[in-house]
Amino acid sequence: MSLRDYIRNSQVWRSVFRHPAPKDRRNRAVVILTNLILHLHPVTIKQQAIALSYTWCMGGITFFLFIVETITGVLLMFYYRPTLEWAYQDMLALRDAVSFGILREIHRWAGHAMVITVMLHMYRVFLTGSYKPPREFNWVIGVLLLVLTFLLSFTGYLLPWDQLAIWAITVGSNMARATPFLGHEGPGFQLLNVGGFDLITSTSDARFVLLGARSVGEETLNRFYILHCVGIPLIAAFLMGVHFWRVRKDGGISQPL
Amino acid sequence: MIDPHPDLTTPVIWGLGWFWLAVFLMNTGWAFLRWRYRACGASGAAEDSARRRSSVRSVLFWGFYAVLLLAIAALHFAMAGRPSEFWFRLPEAFKDTVDELLSNPVAYFVLWIAAFGVPVCFPAWVAKPTVGWCALNAALVFLGLSLTDWDFRQIVGKPDNVPIVGMLFLVGFFTWLYFHRATDNDRRLAEGRPLREQENNDEVLVWPDLVYIELICMVALTALLIVWGIALKAPLEEPASPVRTPNPSKAPWYFLGLQELLVYFDPWLAGVVFPALIIVGLMAIPYLDFNQKGNGYYTFQQRKFAVVMFMFGFVVLWVSMIGLGTFLRGPNWNFFGIYERWDVHKLEVLDNVNLSEYFYLHSPDWLPWAGPLPQAPPEASTAARLGYILAREAPGIVLLFLYFGLLPPILAATVFRTFYLRMGFVRYVVFIVLLLLMALLPIKMILRWAFNLKYIVAIPEWFFNI
Repeated sequence: MSLRDYIRNSQVWRSVFRHPAPKDRRNRAVVILTNLILHLHPVTIKQQAIALSYTWCMGGITFFLFIVETITGVLLMFYYRPTLEWAYQDMLALRDAVSFGILREIHRWAGHAMVITVMLHMYRVFLTGSYKPPREFNWVIGVLLLVLTFLLSFTGYLLPWDQLAIWAITVGSNMARATPFLGHEGPGFQLLNVGGFDLITSTSDARFVLLGARSVGEETLNRFYILHCVGIPLIAAFLMGVHFWRVRKDGGISQPL
Repeated sequence: MIDPHPDLTTPVIWGLGWFWLAVFLMNTGWAFLRWRYRACGASGAAEDSARRRSSVRSVLFWGFYAVLLLAIAALHFAMAGRPSEFWFRLPEAFKDTVDELLSNPVAYFVLWIAAFGVPVCFPAWVAKPTVGWCALNAALVFLGLSLTDWDFRQIVGKPDNVPIVGMLFLVGFFTWLYFHRATDNDRRLAEGRPLREQENNDEVLVWPDLVYIELICMVALTALLIVWGIALKAPLEEPASPVRTPNPSKAPWYFLGLQELLVYFDPWLAGVVFPALIIVGLMAIPYLDFNQKGNGYYTFQQRKFAVVMFMFGFVVLWVSMIGLGTFLRGPNWNFFGIYERWDVHKLEVLDNVNLSEYFYLHSPDWLPWAGPLPQAPPEASTAARLGYILAREAPGIVLLFLYFGLLPPILAATVFRTFYLRMGFVRYVVFIVLLLLMALLPIKMILRWAFNLKYIVAIPEWFFNI
């Protein structure tokens, strides 16, 4: 008996993989059905539905980049403290002192790439008319995931705490000041007042809620850190679950009816 | 003596050499494919021999072009050690002309609309592989030549901007791919043949057919990310300082389209209302598009309106404005040519005029309303002030009312008659309001360029400017 067969027939191996190697038709079906990750797929699929020139692979790449971001992000959290005192210092240390220092590079470039691939995924889904019945609701989920991808990138943009970071977030969040009714420089905010006192001021408007302060500061850093590392990823992961599940329930990758 | 070309260093010329070598290899592959294609059609018929003659010509052309690229690459490698003598660069006169002609938003958008209009008007022509290949080569040659310019390199070569260059190429490629497959399907539909998506469409096992694609894709992407991470360092600027505002201050790149809108609209519209409408509008698409054709396959002819609208929104209004905000907006948000130095002191005279000012101040004297702007006397009551403001902004308010109130029913009775009948009242109203709001963007831009129009309705008292 070869070593390979010995391992394959051992109790340990068979407790993990409850079927023979996926070499014949039956076991190629079983491997999909019995594996948690693989069972996101159907067992069989139409050849043209997975043609690269049809799918552009952009949805799958986006999901893969999300996983890359999760892994590199968790690793980066070991090296990073979201405080005014340390945030920038930790960036310098990551750049200058950590061996094989491409963790932050991979995290940043994969982040940029994810924004691009999620937009291209939307482009493809539109151009193949895949949002049409019965997939309308999954398109809506997809739009939410697009927005969450932007927000993930936006909140992460602040964390290096350099000039690029705080001013990009300042420019981006200044808009919230002009929110109609809810921003203290927005149209109609004067209407929200009680007995002559404005409810919407620079310390209570939409921008303040976003930043946790009147300008981008330590509160903002903390807020964005938690949103970036915990809040938005959790929501995005949940919606991704719904998105993938609905792809299956709505009939798989779209095909001519 | 001052070095005439202090900007081109040895590593840059080496890099450009590799770039041209890559373009050479691509085109060698292309010429080889042309040659293979020629060999396929050998059956002796007269038609075939004509095709073969033209194929031979095409192989010769691409072969010659590839050799030229190889020579350019060799020139770079040979001269890399002597950057001061390096002569393969864009002439200054050409750069000045381009900056002169193209360094304004009007020219920029005209170019994008032309690039968008060509495939929409001539989809079958654009869909040809040779046309797509020529466009790709034109873009690469433009990029390679322009990279000899210092200012161009500063912007395009910035690590954070490199993915955006990549995005422009990807959007171009996928748009071409769409037209390629859609034209193919449209031809099949016209001839009554099955769609490309229906041919050779066997049921295959996900293991191995899909799982292997996914695995190879993940490996390739991991490799790409590692190479990318080693090649380009993540930027880290000086420590954050709330008192020193960089000039220009830019939002993250994917929001630069919205920041560009700030030139034309106030923040409450550009930064809050339009983004919200984009999200809502995208979500509404499946419930507004009543066209049942084109579900799950590429087609252009069967859903022209939907594709043109979406492409215009995505390519011309979103992607192009990201490009504009990233590459061409410099200090003070001034527009700079692609080869122009980002000069902080560049002055652009901005003398924009409100519609109300045009209406009252700039009308000829014999018109009854010509005169100063209506202004409330200091002792006026709140209600009277309101009346004065409304009177002052009446022209814009009336225009907007006509635009959103009168135009939809007129369109419903004429251009969008079928839309109205098939959508019903509620869906039609949602559709037309979203469409008119989207159209407001280019309309306001054109009004600004043509008449220096600042606001259609200007009520700064309430932060309400449109």
